[in-house]
Amino acid sequence: MELREQSSLPTGQPAAVRARGVVKSFGAGETKVTVLRGIDLDIYLGEMLLLVGESGGGKTTLLSVIAGILNVDEGDIDVLGVPLSELPERRRTKFRGQTMGFIYQQFNLLPALTAAENVAIPLLIQEVPRGEALGRARRMLERVGLGDRTEFLPKSLSGGQQQRVAIARALVNEPRLLICDEPTAALDGPNGQKIMELLREVGRTADRSVVVVTHDSRIFRYGDRMARLTDGRIVSIEPIIQEGTA
Amino acid sequence: MNYVALKMLFGDRAKYLMLLCGLTFAVMLIVQQGSIFWGLMMWSQSSVSNTNVPIWVTDPGIAQVDEVKPIADTAVDRVRSVSGVEWAVPHYRGLLRARLSNGDYHQITLVGLESSTLIGRPAEVLEGRFEDILQPEAVVLDQWAVERMGGPSVIGIGTIFELNDKLARVVAIAKTRKSFTNIPVVYTTYERALRYVPRERRALSYVLAKPRDGMDATELTARIRERTGLGAFTGEEFGWKTIGWVLKNTGIGINFGTTILLGFIVGMAIAGQTFYLFTVENLRQFGALKAMGTSTATLARMILLQAFTVGLTGYGVGVGLATIFGFITASGGGLPFVETWQLLLLVLVALLIICTVSASISIVKLARLEPAIVFR
Repeated sequence: MELREQSSLPTGQPAAVRARGVVKSFGAGETKVTVLRGIDLDIYLGEMLLLVGESGGGKTTLLSVIAGILNVDEGDIDVLGVPLSELPERRRTKFRGQTMGFIYQQFNLLPALTAAENVAIPLLIQEVPRGEALGRARRMLERVGLGDRTEFLPKSLSGGQQQRVAIARALVNEPRLLICDEPTAALDGPNGQKIMELLREVGRTADRSVVVVTHDSRIFRYGDRMARLTDGRIVSIEPIIQEGTA
Repeated sequence: MNYVALKMLFGDRAKYLMLLCGLTFAVMLIVQQGSIFWGLMMWSQSSVSNTNVPIWVTDPGIAQVDEVKPIADTAVDRVRSVSGVEWAVPHYRGLLRARLSNGDYHQITLVGLESSTLIGRPAEVLEGRFEDILQPEAVVLDQWAVERMGGPSVIGIGTIFELNDKLARVVAIAKTRKSFTNIPVVYTTYERALRYVPRERRALSYVLAKPRDGMDATELTARIRERTGLGAFTGEEFGWKTIGWVLKNTGIGINFGTTILLGFIVGMAIAGQTFYLFTVENLRQFGALKAMGTSTATLARMILLQAFTVGLTGYGVGVGLATIFGFITASGGGLPFVETWQLLLLVLVALLIICTVSASISIVKLARLEPAIVFR
């Protein structure tokens, strides 16, 4: 049974992401696998939505579709009012660079670049002059508590510090949509929680949505809502009651 | 993003050095083999280049400079009578055996120069005075003759040896480019050369000539051919004719050409494959950049920048190493090594092509790359 969204949404906030009837398959013929089977989902500005579910349930594919990295087979995706599936790839790539930030499970920092240079990449992509980009990157690293590590290479940083750099990189461009794929999977418990605290403190703002794919039940409490995917369908979307607010 | 591309290239030192070594080795291999090959070709026509005259008049059926076909003595006057010729002199070239005082025999190339002008003489002299060749029984050796005939302890200035039972006295040692066969060259005057060799009906090997000022050498050779029925070539043409003969009639062309071609293919394959692997190994990083909003065109520019940067660096280092190799092994002309700008340009163009091709293959791979790779 597919459950629709319930009414416990951030009051009055517009949807940053609006997905309707999204279907996505891979392969063809006998090997065709349908990963998303008619997803309807709204993600609102100012909220942190957790996407949870079993492995192979379609979480990462949904994330890729929301990011415009994968095209949908059927249905529509609007991000910040822009119909993503109608944009040609070049414009979609540019739109992604201007409006979205990414945090990956494996950090995906460029090993040859210092922390500051890694953080500056989204700005360099937007053709911000290098000096200005590095300055903004250093300031963002200070905000995530790495002001004294700006010239360190990723290999000289701990896993938690690398993920902080990744968060700074994702936020330096002030994106409206922050997409996080298992951001705590490569970290131990305490470090994972610190990262989520940081994401909530620095990443989640009134005019930004944060989408987090996770398996880690220890970090569920940091989200505002939780959408559960099973076999390519959203089977539940529920608000998360924060401690002290129940 | 050029900054990011270069940091990615230089940042991983192990990968960069591996890539640079592959390209450097490829370039060095091709330049070194190509230069040795060309050095051999230069040696094969050294009789022409050492003589250094504008025009060679020969038997019309001549194949190459060292395969002498004597012509009538009257050829000198016939050439002199052609309008546009400033001067024309007889030139003897032939094989003979020399007998040293220790009883050793050596085959030598005897070169007879017109005595009043000594036209066709080597430009540089290492020991003695070339003009002393005009003294009775005097001969001049090239430096390789000294080496081949036993070294300075056996033969040098003042040494007397026999040419066809007639005495020859060394008065100078000349500096020349080594010949392909490395047969010692003994210079003497034309008249004395004819006394050294057994009498033949035709003794004149070549007529060396020069066009008048303002006269084109190629045009004059055509006129000489037309008026005299003899063969006539500019020095450059005769050199190329000799090289062509060597390539066609010996295994050098095919054997060495095959080696160079294989070196070229292997070298370029190493270069292309190494760079392609470099890109493939960085695929995840490129995927991350693509996910963050880097366009495929920008990624293509980054790849090309990386390819040309490492390609040109490898080219510079490779050419440098090959040049040092040539400088060390071939200094003094002992080994054939001639590095020409044409070879360097050819290798540069080939390297740029292979960099472009391997970068293009990588770009196609990147264009097809789903940035979703970063979520896996």
